[in-house]
Amino acid sequence: MLKVVFAASHPLWMAGMAAVMLLAAAREAMARQKRRFAGWWGFGLGTGAMFVSSFTITTFALLAVIRVSPWYTAQYAIPLLGMMLGNTMTGVSLGLDRLTEAAWERRTVIEGRLMLGQTSVDAIADIRRASARSAMTPTINAMVAAGLVSLPGMMTGQILAGNPPMEAVKYQILVMFIISAGAGFGALIAVWVGARRLFDDRHRLRLDRLDNPA
Amino acid sequence: MIPRLQVTDLSIHAVGPLNLVVEPGECVGLSGPSGSGKSLFLRAVADLEPHGGTVQLDGTEQALLPAPHWRRQVGLLPAESAWWFDTVGAHFSTPVTEGLQHLALDSRILTWPVARLSSGERQRLALLRLLENQPPLLLLDEPTANLDEENTRRVETLMVDYRTRTGAGIVWVGHSKAQLQRMADRIYSMAGGGFNAVTVVS
Repeated sequence: MLKVVFAASHPLWMAGMAAVMLLAAAREAMARQKRRFAGWWGFGLGTGAMFVSSFTITTFALLAVIRVSPWYTAQYAIPLLGMMLGNTMTGVSLGLDRLTEAAWERRTVIEGRLMLGQTSVDAIADIRRASARSAMTPTINAMVAAGLVSLPGMMTGQILAGNPPMEAVKYQILVMFIISAGAGFGALIAVWVGARRLFDDRHRLRLDRLDNPA
Repeated sequence: MIPRLQVTDLSIHAVGPLNLVVEPGECVGLSGPSGSGKSLFLRAVADLEPHGGTVQLDGTEQALLPAPHWRRQVGLLPAESAWWFDTVGAHFSTPVTEGLQHLALDSRILTWPVARLSSGERQRLALLRLLENQPPLLLLDEPTANLDEENTRRVETLMVDYRTRTGAGIVWVGHSKAQLQRMADRIYSMAGGGFNAVTVVS
């Protein structure tokens, strides 16, 4: 299938391939959550966050950074999107899992704050921040150790393929920044929207919007 | 006179329809077996639970006020209090020295970590924290459940003072008949999804 897509490099084929990748990643992200949002929200929230972050950042990278023509050239777009989705998936699932689990465990605290007249945004602020932090941790760890741990490993493939090491490392650093930006962006969207979805317009905590863990 | 609280045809899940009027300065007692919906009723009045029917405070419809504003006016003291900062004092925004004295609590308690508090201390401190908003209506869910007799009396005196000083209305949920008779002007018992017997205390 990849061979066909690469050979055709037609926007429609590309769109189809990207959609399949997105849905697969979304399914995985959903499966990693203990308490997910009930109904369409469970799937839609992760998918939406991954779509917005991965697709905008991949498009940006293709258009403004790598500057291939046409920008949807499969050899560049598919691997880039794949790496983006893989990392964003981790961030989104970690962030949402932490958010819903913490909201469930600390519901008396959230409601205690609401009872004293705090807004829903204030009442869940601590939990939202902690969830965003744990969603970003894998990305930040990867960045911190990048120079000595990850980059040499990732470069090897390119060097073996005959690229000079300096070229290889430049490309890898770029990829790493793009991935970090995408994963962080996607996780923040998911956690922020998820934190809003936990409350209704009367600032009531709505844990009934979560599924019970199986 | 506009009632302090007017509840009309309130329904929450299988509970209701409930109707209740609390006049300014009045204390209404609510008893009934566990699971009869007393706490659920208080939560719906505080707008923490989706519900049908109307709730009015001093003639203003619940839906017309932003929820955080409504909850500062309708002070709900839950049966179990929640604490989210490390120290006790961080939960208070005004000096509460007078209230602490009233409830026989040492003012040094504000520097304590929350984990050091006993359940009785938590309950009394949660009441003081709630009173910081000066709510014109108080919804108290078994406010003396964890207290000995002496401290129960202190809480009762504080509530009588608050009520006469501010004209606040109170809905007092409790299991002790003797206490409700001391505190309440009217007592309702809740069972089978509605308010049943009405006892008028002189």
